[in-house]
Amino acid sequence: MVKVKFETPEVRPYPVIPILKPDVMKGNGPFVAKPPMQEALGYPGELVDNWQEVAIDKMGDLLGKYRSLRVYLDSCVKCGACTDKCHYMQGTQDPKNMPVARQDLLRQVYRRYFTLPGKLFPKLVGAKDLTKDVLDDWYNYYHQCSQCRRCSVYCPYGIDTADISMAAREILDTVGKGQKYCNEIIGKVFKIGNNLGLPEPALRDTLEGIEEDIKDETDIDVRLPLDVEGADILLITPSADFFAEPHVDGLIGYAKVFHQAGVSWTISSHASEAANFGLFIGSYENMRQVALRIREAAIDLKVKRIVFGECGHAWRVAYSFLNTLAGPFDFLDQRYPIPQHICEFTYDLIKQGKLQFDKSKNDDRRMTFHDSCNVARASRMGDIPGGQFMIPREIIKATCNHFYDMPSDTIHDETYCCGGGGGLLTDDLMELRVKGALPRMEALKHVVETNGVTHMAAICAICKTQFSKTLPFYGFQMDQIISLHQLVGDALILEANDN
Amino acid sequence: MAIEVNGKTVETDEEDYLVNLSDWTKEIAEVLAKQDELELTEQHWEIITYLRDYYEEYQIAPAVRVLTKAIGKKFGKDKGNSKYLYSLFPYGPGKQACRFAGLPKPTGCI
Repeated sequence: MVKVKFETPEVRPYPVIPILKPDVMKGNGPFVAKPPMQEALGYPGELVDNWQEVAIDKMGDLLGKYRSLRVYLDSCVKCGACTDKCHYMQGTQDPKNMPVARQDLLRQVYRRYFTLPGKLFPKLVGAKDLTKDVLDDWYNYYHQCSQCRRCSVYCPYGIDTADISMAAREILDTVGKGQKYCNEIIGKVFKIGNNLGLPEPALRDTLEGIEEDIKDETDIDVRLPLDVEGADILLITPSADFFAEPHVDGLIGYAKVFHQAGVSWTISSHASEAANFGLFIGSYENMRQVALRIREAAIDLKVKRIVFGECGHAWRVAYSFLNTLAGPFDFLDQRYPIPQHICEFTYDLIKQGKLQFDKSKNDDRRMTFHDSCNVARASRMGDIPGGQFMIPREIIKATCNHFYDMPSDTIHDETYCCGGGGGLLTDDLMELRVKGALPRMEALKHVVETNGVTHMAAICAICKTQFSKTLPFYGFQMDQIISLHQLVGDALILEANDN
Repeated sequence: MAIEVNGKTVETDEEDYLVNLSDWTKEIAEVLAKQDELELTEQHWEIITYLRDYYEEYQIAPAVRVLTKAIGKKFGKDKGNSKYLYSLFPYGPGKQACRFAGLPKPTGCI
């Protein structure tokens, strides 16, 4: 196992701006994608000889395509509002992880090649040639951004660092220097249908095993159907829900909700993945290819509705881009949201009185809720502003007797990233992940000490994995992170039905 | 990257997983475990053998729940839980045990 020695940051009594340690996170970045992984996504296998020319052309291409990118690169006034808002900056103390400094890595090159002052007087306007050192800095520091967009909330101009980091990653892919973790995974989705590379027979076996477990536990036949043509609902969920803990307990929760609602539903082996890592690498084309699988599955299985499971960035892609990427969805039942989040689905049933809970089943848990960045800042749930904050909390309150929020500047749209989002949930970035978890761990510690909180629920596969790995570094237990729908599944009073 | 086992060089990737599944031998598993400062016991082998059998059938490592259930059924209920598996493979049964078993590293949000 590759082991890196590092120190877990100390939890601060009061979060303050850390003392800067220049270049402390300078390095080679995460593992680079191998040639076959690059080629499967339509990128050169390795760094091309004329990378500088290709990179600048690509930047020009992106500036032409995305007006927003040019505005973001032009409009920063260096006010400093973003500097201490990044969890990676707080945890690593590297000044290049200040959002403005991270943006400037791209901005300096933009100025040099795309603005008149930068072309004429580069030194006066902070413009810089695209050298190999700059390219390496891009690779390293744009993989220390989880694209969580917390900094954008505080930016008076609304500059979206995530868009800049996505653009940088796409340029890197285009010159042949992609990241192994993301690109290998996207290749598996194209080849097999999900991030894990879980083939249909293994998926079927896994789902059957879960059905047995539910039967053993409740004595009720709850089905987890796969590839059932003519089902009403297609569930698109992260493949981690089939594979990992605590994710699978969330999947069991969804299955119990569908059962109790008496609806017919199915999982698709063709689109057995909610995650869309095309977003993380800023590639519209790859994102579209991944999203189209959902459309194909919905058509093939003749479903009427699409419901998404607990996956943060998947919900961003689904809520904000799915119709553009893979629409129109005129063949689905227009009376329901297209697509719908599992939390919206469950919450509607709770409001209609169709789900009954024995809240005492969760009495050993005193809960808090971690807002996942992409759900919080890039999407919505329900039909009121802030529904994405309200609905998950209302579900917790309907299923548990004890709920406490973390400090107000760490939740809702000010939520901190878990530290593993944006394609950084890989072992070779463990130091970054542990350090980036610091602000969330501090907020959690606060409610643990103040309110006796025992567990934190999340609605994102990445958050769940990231916390189960990083909690122990901060003196917590790995199983203190749970799926929101585990609470639902554990407290739901089930009845046998004919489905 | 590579490791030396019985005078033979075996190729590994940057995360110390075997590049070619067919290279795997018991001795290699032991060398890989030693890199993580682990000595493989009979209990470790129960898991490793199961992982290899499952992989042969399904071309992927089993889900955590599938693994714990199967191990519980085969070797007794007290072994059918994550805690037990983590006690054997501190870095997680999914990743660490797969590495010793010569299987590719599971990918995704796990």
